[in-house]
Amino acid sequence: MKKIMVCIKRVVDYNVRVRVKPDESGVMLEGVKMSVNPFDEIALEEALRIKERGTNAEVVAVSIGVADTQQQLRTALAMGADRAILVQTDHPVEPLTAAQTLLAVAKKESPDLILLGKQAIDDDANQTAQMLAALWDRPQATYVSKLAVDGAKATATREVDAGLETIEIDLPAVVSVDLRLNEPRYVKLPDIMKAKKKPLDVIGLDSLGVAASTWLKPVKTVAPPQRQKGIMVKDVTELVDVLKNKGLL
Amino acid sequence: MAKILIIGEHDGKTLNPSTHKCVTCAKGIPDAAISVLLLGADTAVVAAQAAAIQGVTEVVRVDRPENAHPLAATFAPQVAAVASGYTHLFGPSTSFGKDLTPRVAALLGVPQVSDLMAVEGAHRFRRPIYAGNAIVTVDADPARLLVATVRVASFEAAPIGGSATIVSRSLDLALPTHTRYVGAHSGSTDRPDLQTAKRVVSGGRALASAENFKILFALADKIGAAVGASRAAVDAGYAPNELQVGQTGKIIAPEVYMAFGISGAIQHLTGIKDARTIVAVNKDPEAPIFEVADLGLVADLFQVVPEMTRLLGG
Ligand SMILES: Cc1cc2nc3c(=O)[nH]c(=O)nc-3n(C[C@H](O)[C@H](O)[C@H](O)COP(=O)(O)OP(=O)(O)OC[C@H]3O[C@@H](n4cnc5c(N)ncnc54)[C@H](O)[C@@H]3O)c2cc1C
Ligand SMILES: Nc1ncnc2c1ncn2[C@@H]1O[C@H](COP(=O)(O)O)[C@@H](O)[C@H]1O
Repeated sequence: MKKIMVCIKRVVDYNVRVRVKPDESGVMLEGVKMSVNPFDEIALEEALRIKERGTNAEVVAVSIGVADTQQQLRTALAMGADRAILVQTDHPVEPLTAAQTLLAVAKKESPDLILLGKQAIDDDANQTAQMLAALWDRPQATYVSKLAVDGAKATATREVDAGLETIEIDLPAVVSVDLRLNEPRYVKLPDIMKAKKKPLDVIGLDSLGVAASTWLKPVKTVAPPQRQKGIMVKDVTELVDVLKNKGLL
Repeated sequence: MAKILIIGEHDGKTLNPSTHKCVTCAKGIPDAAISVLLLGADTAVVAAQAAAIQGVTEVVRVDRPENAHPLAATFAPQVAAVASGYTHLFGPSTSFGKDLTPRVAALLGVPQVSDLMAVEGAHRFRRPIYAGNAIVTVDADPARLLVATVRVASFEAAPIGGSATIVSRSLDLALPTHTRYVGAHSGSTDRPDLQTAKRVVSGGRALASAENFKILFALADKIGAAVGASRAAVDAGYAPNELQVGQTGKIIAPEVYMAFGISGAIQHLTGIKDARTIVAVNKDPEAPIFEVADLGLVADLFQVVPEMTRLLGG
């Protein structure tokens, strides 16, 4: 294991309560706190652990996004990534474009392993890892909650609807991580200082020969229908009675 | 005319209800011919089940030994080969479909729309974003094959009563061997399936141990309910991962969802928005779950659950 590529997406922080714009053109992003997609922190943590387990692999954080995405890549460097690449674009990046771009980076970097989040918490698409694996013509292990790398192979435990599934994949491979894979480390102040000196390359999306296509046109964005607040019951007997009367028990 | 191919999900014996739900979604597209594609080692039994879904006109079987386990890497090239000639390719938004369809889309060089929750036209759909905090209407390019996953909680299962033709296809494709199935493990037993159950009893961090969590299983057994859990309960090891409900767990739409000791974080509520009736039992009258609950009770679950179980006994 010589090199691990970790994909980092800049997203609205998961604690922010997202609101739609009154004109239905999208969600309000002005002044909203942005962070590393929580699943991508887990992906990075896993890469760092593989490195620290003695492989000493180089960990490269890659993001596609606006200039300010440098902030999230600095966070990744502070966590422990060795260097970072920002593929800069002002266009929204859909999963297929992200996968095509990540493929272009992967062809230059030739990593043994590419780690991504299972989904980005803004578009909730859950596509990029699978698309990247297809375009790269390599194995994919999605929703991984346990990963063991052994030479040219890896064994991955996946969280699936029926429980857990284990698969074996040849490297290089693409892995998308689930929440229970690990608990990401906290960044300490000295690490933030050190991260400022680590290399962060910025390249243009077009320099990779990828066009930022908008494949899907958003027509309008609205708030979901709100559920009405219901009634409060005073005790278990009343609860059971109401449920029975409604024909629910 | 739309020609829709649905990737059927099955275990060789039973067709997963997610397939029936995809059919209902497909029926929302005007003037559509609906086919179901089944990949497996031997799909004879499930093909008969798929052929009986009302609205399906054709079932396509691709049987080969490598298809014994649904690995995206081996399934995707086969699905891509069959999909040409169709206008739409739908898969369920289950772990099976979510793993497979984007790989197919990328092989075909087309984008994917994830989690269709409503059909507004042959190429216009609604889908949730930001953990369901917003719903976006998207237009896809009518000139390309449209690949999508169907949010199964948003659609009823299509009824039985049809009689589609069944055709077998043999595809002359070399399949990759770089991905190998090793095994599977399930932490829960023969209780009703969380994704299709009419009643769900669910527990959160407040249960405090796997041992305590059993009181929910006892209640669930009394009323024939499936058991669910919050992420906090799964992370802490009180319940197995396949019981997690929410943005990153299962999205469900039971007739009644009973949440015990669950605070109601947005990521959890995303998973139960379509439940007909939500019941919440929580010690804290300020818990956000009460904002969405149809029936709320401020009480200690360790008193409520055993008492409910007793009241419902016999
Ligand atoms: C990216 C991301 C994805 C996530 N995905 C999911 C997901 O899919 N599903 C999910 O559930 N969460 C998810 N979460 C986590 C979510 O934000 C919450 O942390 C989680 O849902 C909290 O679980 P809880 O309600 O069990 O625990 P808590 O929030 O700790 O709530 C426990 C509740 O129990 C009550 N209580 C305590 N004792 C008792 C008692 N004796 N009787 C009655 N009530 C009692 C308390 O008042 C409290 O309201 C996600 C988070 C992130 C960042
Ligand atoms: N613009 C991007 N830059 C870097 N990584 C991305 C980007 N978009 C998606 N990814 C990666 O792909 C994962 C899944 O995203 P999605 O398919 O959009 O749900 C994310 O968790 C990231 O790891």
